[in-house]
Amino acid sequence: MVSVKSVPSPAIHTDERLHEADHPTSQVARFGADQPLKLDCGVDLAPFQIAYQTYGELNANRSNAILVCHALTGDQHVFNTHPVTGKPGWWETMVGPGRPLDTAQYFIICANVIGGCMGSTGPASTNPATGKPWGLDFPIITIPDMVRAQAMLLDRLGIDTLFSVVGGSMGGMQVLQWTAAYPQRVFSAFAIACSTRHSAQNIAFHELGRQAVMADPDWRGGRYADQSVNPHRGLAVARMAAHITYLSDAALHRKFGRRMQDRELPTFSFDADFQVESYLRYQGSSFVERFDANSYLYLTRAMDYFDIAADHNGVLAEAFRGIKTRFCVVSFTSDWLFPTPESRALVHALNASSARVSFAEIETDRGHDAFLLDVPEFFEISRAFLQSAGKARGLGE
Amino acid sequence: MALQDQTLPLGDIAPRRSGKGRRDHLLVAEMVAPGSKVLDVGCGEGDLLQLLEGRGIDGRGIELSREGVNRCVAKGLAVVQGDADTDLVNYPDDAFDYVILSQTLQATRQPKAVLENLLRIGRSAIVSFPNFGYWKMRLQLLIGGHMPRTENLPATWYDTPNIHFCTIKDFVQLCDEINVKMERAVALDNFGRPVPLTLPWWVWNMFGEQGVFLLSRVEKQG
Repeated sequence: MVSVKSVPSPAIHTDERLHEADHPTSQVARFGADQPLKLDCGVDLAPFQIAYQTYGELNANRSNAILVCHALTGDQHVFNTHPVTGKPGWWETMVGPGRPLDTAQYFIICANVIGGCMGSTGPASTNPATGKPWGLDFPIITIPDMVRAQAMLLDRLGIDTLFSVVGGSMGGMQVLQWTAAYPQRVFSAFAIACSTRHSAQNIAFHELGRQAVMADPDWRGGRYADQSVNPHRGLAVARMAAHITYLSDAALHRKFGRRMQDRELPTFSFDADFQVESYLRYQGSSFVERFDANSYLYLTRAMDYFDIAADHNGVLAEAFRGIKTRFCVVSFTSDWLFPTPESRALVHALNASSARVSFAEIETDRGHDAFLLDVPEFFEISRAFLQSAGKARGLGE
Repeated sequence: MALQDQTLPLGDIAPRRSGKGRRDHLLVAEMVAPGSKVLDVGCGEGDLLQLLEGRGIDGRGIELSREGVNRCVAKGLAVVQGDADTDLVNYPDDAFDYVILSQTLQATRQPKAVLENLLRIGRSAIVSFPNFGYWKMRLQLLIGGHMPRTENLPATWYDTPNIHFCTIKDFVQLCDEINVKMERAVALDNFGRPVPLTLPWWVWNMFGEQGVFLLSRVEKQG
């Protein structure tokens, strides 16, 4: 029989991951029954909580706050050791002392999105009505819901106006939603590798991922946590497929080519002979250690539903009419998930709204994930945009 | 042969941005009323925009080259990557007080359409371009028998981005044709100095190395 080695099951961090959903290693803002989160689907979510991290210090006139919005599988741990994996924060290239998002200059906030699994209320959190994880009883959430929750957090923190809101991918969608929903609360907006709506191709990839999760017999209609199982195989496959979309043909070829993994010759089996296979399996198995399968379903769905123009009579420019926010839009040449024409459409709409916008396309072969990697030209632009916006805001004077 | 010695050893191909280039920018900047909103089409590395912003003018830019755009953004300027030929249509009417086209008209595919768009988007337009009627240009073609090359236009005919050269006279004719009013016209000589206003047009067309025009729409009647 041809040998097959399946993706190894995660065992090491399960307890920590489950614990984080309700009791995060973060600051938590709790909202009671009197302060429900009004969701787009019509449900009032209450009670709920938002887990968040902050870095740097809020200045005396509360004008130096930057909200970082995380991507689909990110979380609030931007610039600190991750409580589950023990790895460094996901954006330590961008955030920190002397980095473009300089913690010596700005007060940086990052909150786990609603629907996430790192301490903000989501399908992995305990449903107070049943004492069990919400699972699929959790209402469907949208990008505007995430932003509404963040706005409530800022109210709680006493921050009226953000100096900037910054994010890539799903984080970029939140940035755009912030400017459309609360233009007067956003002095500058930095939208990276994103779009004002999720494309058909992207919805298709998300559907593939969700079907992979649901096809895992351990998913059990979303009630896996009650039964002490985890659809880790399905979620790993979803992650593997998605991860390919975050890279590029050129980057995969440069990184792996057709090189073999710890062997000279093919084994004539379905083992991970190729380095690229081994890499993908690793991506899949390390992801399931830290992420909840149901959360993955909910958050991909939120991205699918995102379409700012649809909320403004189909005219994108209407969403930004008369806006005073300073925008910077960045795309990457090899990003085929959120290709440059999508950013360009956004820029045209912003121009039509007379908004102050900078737009740069960065040349790189590293695909969509370039915004998380060490790309000096991207950092230079980020730094310059924030510095010039800071000057206009009177920061550092 | 003296002529060739004078014009051909050009060193690097990049156009010189210092000296005379700055004079051109200063003249353009001086034409812009304080506190206005300006779009610089083909803004290069943002030198003119920086000059304008330094004077309290709300400046935006479009630039074709990715390197140019990224340098502008890195200077904190509001510049987007775009093409004057294809992207101006995306801007609404009357979006700006001035739209500037500095040393770019000759590189567009449809100069007439671009000019019309400038005056749709902006209430005024400022256009500067190298004058192909400049005596050194004429002389190179007449005596040298080759396509003219100058310090400001050092590219050879086969690698130049400039595909629609015109003279000051040609440009004035185009303005008449599309019903554009010339508010101000300045020809700059070899040293970036204005050719005296009292001199006739043919002198401008001969001795102006570049023309700088402040244009406005002729409001339609009835």
